[in-house]
Amino acid sequence: MELVQKLSLYFSFPFVRYALIVGVLIALCSSLLGVTLVLKRFSFIGDGLSHVAFGAMAVAGALGMRSSMYLVLPVTVVSAVALLRSGKNARIRGDASIAMISVGALALGYLLMNLRPSSANVSGDVCSTLFGSTSILTLTSGQVWLCAVLSVLVLGAFLFFYNKIFCVTFDESFAAATGTNAELYNLIIAVIIAVIIVLAMNLVGSLLISALVIFPAISAMRLFKSFRSVTVCSAILSVCCAGAGIVLSILADTPVGATVVAVDILAFLVFCGLGAALRNGG
Amino acid sequence: MALLSCKNLSLGYEGQEIIHDLSFALEAGSYLCIVGENGSGKSTLMKTLLGLHAPMGGSVELGEGLHRGEIGYLPQQTVVQKDFPASVEEIVLSGCQNRCGLRPFYRKEERRIARESMEKLSLTPLARRCYRELSGGQQQRVLLARALCATRKLLLLDEPVTGLDPLVTNELYGLVERLNRNGGITVVMISHDIHVALRYATHILHVGVRGTTTFFGTRDAYRRSDIGQHYLSLQHGEK
Repeated sequence: MELVQKLSLYFSFPFVRYALIVGVLIALCSSLLGVTLVLKRFSFIGDGLSHVAFGAMAVAGALGMRSSMYLVLPVTVVSAVALLRSGKNARIRGDASIAMISVGALALGYLLMNLRPSSANVSGDVCSTLFGSTSILTLTSGQVWLCAVLSVLVLGAFLFFYNKIFCVTFDESFAAATGTNAELYNLIIAVIIAVIIVLAMNLVGSLLISALVIFPAISAMRLFKSFRSVTVCSAILSVCCAGAGIVLSILADTPVGATVVAVDILAFLVFCGLGAALRNGG
Repeated sequence: MALLSCKNLSLGYEGQEIIHDLSFALEAGSYLCIVGENGSGKSTLMKTLLGLHAPMGGSVELGEGLHRGEIGYLPQQTVVQKDFPASVEEIVLSGCQNRCGLRPFYRKEERRIARESMEKLSLTPLARRCYRELSGGQQQRVLLARALCATRKLLLLDEPVTGLDPLVTNELYGLVERLNRNGGITVVMISHDIHVALRYATHILHVGVRGTTTFFGTRDAYRRSDIGQHYLSLQHGEK
């Protein structure tokens, strides 16, 4: 009973309801692209980009910008494009360049945050940028609206380009040979990834974004056999896990991001078990 | 007018020329096998024919109303595909992507083409199966069906039998032969196996390693040529 009271108290605040909606939207967007990312062996690009976003956030903070998004979003998008390009013809190999960029951005970001602290509580700032808001209550209404608009855009783009994304993910050279502009769609995928990462940063923080992108996708792949069913399952799973995680974090007073990821991990284990059982049974 | 012709084509990477001044013309309905040693630039040539690789000199010209993007292509399999969660139906249908332009969905007409391609390669019973659970031969048939969705005229195959056992290999060659003879589809295939080339192809293109001669002509002319006899004796020696 006490739990129900606590929940209804929280949900009587409109911005908590908005936060829940936005959290679910973010989870939905990140899981959709997750399938492509995992299949294209790009999982680490998400991780690298999230660190770049952290660095950009620190710069925005040091510059005293009120809304860091205007700096973080373009920087992340440009890095995403650069990373995807460098994967093809680079002097430094793909994984090394991602590692360099991500660790570099992390270090410089932290350095900057200490040199030009934007508030008295530096370690608190760092912690919430890395691991997400300690509580969903600290999301501002501006963040909530921006997230909502961007997620709807990402969703629309994904639905519109679904067949092309499948084509380019499964076989880039065939797609290019038969007249699909594979480079353009890779670019679109990169931009969408960047947007998702900046979005998800508010919810789970930059260190945990990859989990939101990867876990639902690989969980769905344990059980489903077509691209569409994997995508749909991963989306539903991610939404459920995010919803459950957010509610749990309110009830148990735990950090939002970490709770959502913990629920994702649990779901992955369940799906692994189910997958193994199905293989043995059938 | 030939379906496909190369004029004074030079190919290479970063200033290093691998193929020099190659010219040939292929009539519709032919079956061309490209043979030659490893590293002679066979795959690069194929990528150039598809417009994926820019030539260093010369040009590739398409005739008889064939456009870029209307060429069916069976690439070598990539690691990514080996455990890709996609149904046979989805993959074959993706061959129709070149008919879509910006349109985000497939039309009835395209679904019909995909169904016909699957029927031609006896894939209909497998339509809902997962690609990664199929055998190597079945996977190649799926990719062949996808290539058929993309083209009515010209099919390019890059060593389509790599990793297949002899029985399945013969089956696949038989399929390609039927598509060529009965379906009127022009075939260009890269092959390691000169005996296969001599059995099925109407024309042979022998690409020599840099500096050595190339040969283009009918199968019988190749058998009589010096380069053909030399290559044949080499392959006999291997066996």
